[in-house]
Amino acid sequence: MTTADALRTRVRDLLAAHPPATTGRTAFLQARFDAGLAWVHYPEGLGGLGAPRSLQAAVDAELAAAGAPDNDPRRIGIGLGMAAPTILAHGTAEQKQRFLRPLWTGEEVWCQLFSEPGAGSDLAALGTRAVLDEAAGEWIVDGQKVWTSSAHTARWGILLARTDPGLPKHRGISFFVCDMHAPGVEVRPLRQITGEAEFNEVFLTGVRIPDAHRIGDAGQGWEVARTTLMNERVSIGGMRIPREGGMIGRLAEAWRERPDRRTHAHHQRLLGLWVEAEVARLAAERLRQQLAAGQPGPEGSGMKLTFARLNQEISGLEVEFLGEDGLSYGDWEMTRPDTVDFTGRDAGYRYLRAKGNSIEGGTSEILLNIVAERVLGLPAEPRDDKDVPWKDLAR
Amino acid sequence: MTAPGAAPDLRYSDTEEELRSAVRALLAARCTPASVLARAEGGRPHDPALWQTLAAGIGTAGLLVPEELGGQGAGPREAAVVLEELGRAAAPAPYLAHAVLSAVVLLHCDPAAAAPHLAELAAGRRVYVPALPLTQAPGAPLPPPVRDTGSGTLTGRATSIADAVAADVLLVLADTGLYAVEASGVRLTARTPLDLTRPLADADLRQAAATRLAGPETGRAAVQRALLCGAGLLASEQVGIAEWCLDRTVAYLRTRHQFNRPVGSFQAVKHRLARLWLDTAAARAAARAAADALAADAPDAPLTVAVAQAYCSGVAVRAAEECVQLHGGIGMTWEHPAHLYLKRAKADSLALGTAGHHHTAVADLADLPAP
Repeated sequence: MTTADALRTRVRDLLAAHPPATTGRTAFLQARFDAGLAWVHYPEGLGGLGAPRSLQAAVDAELAAAGAPDNDPRRIGIGLGMAAPTILAHGTAEQKQRFLRPLWTGEEVWCQLFSEPGAGSDLAALGTRAVLDEAAGEWIVDGQKVWTSSAHTARWGILLARTDPGLPKHRGISFFVCDMHAPGVEVRPLRQITGEAEFNEVFLTGVRIPDAHRIGDAGQGWEVARTTLMNERVSIGGMRIPREGGMIGRLAEAWRERPDRRTHAHHQRLLGLWVEAEVARLAAERLRQQLAAGQPGPEGSGMKLTFARLNQEISGLEVEFLGEDGLSYGDWEMTRPDTVDFTGRDAGYRYLRAKGNSIEGGTSEILLNIVAERVLGLPAEPRDDKDVPWKDLAR
Repeated sequence: MTAPGAAPDLRYSDTEEELRSAVRALLAARCTPASVLARAEGGRPHDPALWQTLAAGIGTAGLLVPEELGGQGAGPREAAVVLEELGRAAAPAPYLAHAVLSAVVLLHCDPAAAAPHLAELAAGRRVYVPALPLTQAPGAPLPPPVRDTGSGTLTGRATSIADAVAADVLLVLADTGLYAVEASGVRLTARTPLDLTRPLADADLRQAAATRLAGPETGRAAVQRALLCGAGLLASEQVGIAEWCLDRTVAYLRTRHQFNRPVGSFQAVKHRLARLWLDTAAARAAARAAADALAADAPDAPLTVAVAQAYCSGVAVRAAEECVQLHGGIGMTWEHPAHLYLKRAKADSLALGTAGHHHTAVADLADLPAP
């Protein structure tokens, strides 16, 4: 068991051997990975030390205090939050060695090729096909993916594709790592209601993926994807949010700066939302403490629902509160940002962008079903798609 | 290495979970909804034998009282756990008035005068109740004090005092200070309460013999401190109420069939329950934060308490309303205990300040001024 003291020593050794002031950014991050201080709960040799996950925050804080660069976790969020835990849980030794280090250092950005125009909330209905060319030991992939953030900067994508259309939908899927530079991969910006193109459409035409880039057994893709999706949803619980962190801080700031715009009706709504945002922050903090103590509560599946609703209501009130200023919008020019700043830009942007919070990463309706069934144990609705071969389903 | 930045401890300790188990087991055996209803119908909701076991036997009465004064030397975090369980059972016990409000009042009085009372309170030998309306909010103006009529006697009136009918001693704020008054020397008139599990009475003091515990300024400060603590810990009772309502409703809807399906399999119903679960989990975090802030005497305790009260009372009421609605016809009957929880939740939403009062407190404390 690696103790807090042992970690502190390792941090000091790393800083001594690679002074941040004179070490290049990538070189420092590589050294940090090799010292096992990237994600301390990962195994030795893979950027970790098999230490308790709860010790990570102190390592991050100590390195930040010493002026060390971080790995820009927001820019590589999909790699960190989804690809890495999936590869760790289901990948081969070679895959772990090949992918995890450049993923963590940010040398290689990842994206996620799951959703399709015809399979969003019903993800398991996806139709992108992968057919094995046995002679070449390669899969040939054809299909279209959508809502792919970072696809235009990504080196790799985690890809779900159908490998057996004769089986019921959940059983005929396989999980691959797709080379985003491979011939046949075409990334097109998808412009959103905010005006920018943070997401992409990805067209896959005869893309060849070596069998060595399959994660988990063929046909087991759905089980592998569940690891990915679970990690996507709990990652929000890992952060400590200060009071008035998030969108409520922007609204409170506007309220303090603009006494001329205050009305009693807006005051009532502001106070209600301020209290709800503070309570949501405390609920996330409670979840974080449970995770750190190794007792994850079921609350993780719910936090996204709460934050989505609050972000929408808070940003909506902010636009209204600003009155005449709320009628203007910063900029409609189409840009392709590397990261999304949910609390950045102006109130109008926040209002429009927050509409995605209840859709991306699982719609609120699907997440409410998950809470009702997995947490509360309520019965599933009757369904008739479970035992029917995918090729016979209505589309 | 510890993470930077102090944060409230929002989990339950092992000791707190043991305390919860003891209280829950006692209430499960001796305070079932059927027995609560039967006692309430008889006009005597309190069960003195149950109170003895809870207060003295398990030792919950003195959780807020330091050991050297005869108490358990625990604190608001532990008392909050007791209140969660009392809320879950809609238990008619004078715990909030006695072990929280009165204990905090006495702890802030003149030590020499208060010490014997604290020992009695902590041992659960006599029941103490502050002579204040249940609706009295922390930070709000206090009702006009009763008059000191000289030679150690008080004259005046206090209304809507919760659990006064169980009291041995009333703590009374008079113009000349804070006093202990034997309940036997006071005329109590019972009101018909909305909440059958927390009886209300008005008290008429006519030259009632009184023992002085503190001067007027100290007395008022002691009462305000008690109200803050009471409001913060009431949030935990509200969490307990919400939890019972959610649990019972989920259990019922898993087995109740309509249209040849369990009612709980309909998405419209599932989504309502999932939202209620989310809100109950959030209420738990808010109530824990308030208990922890009070225990640590944190500088932001008044804000944390106001947040918890502004949020939790609404969740408890909604949980009870959903419980009645989703039980259908049976939820409207006298036999089903849902109404006990609805009445308790609604009365609790008035107790120690409404959500509106606490929102106004948030406006002041978080620098969000009104127009």
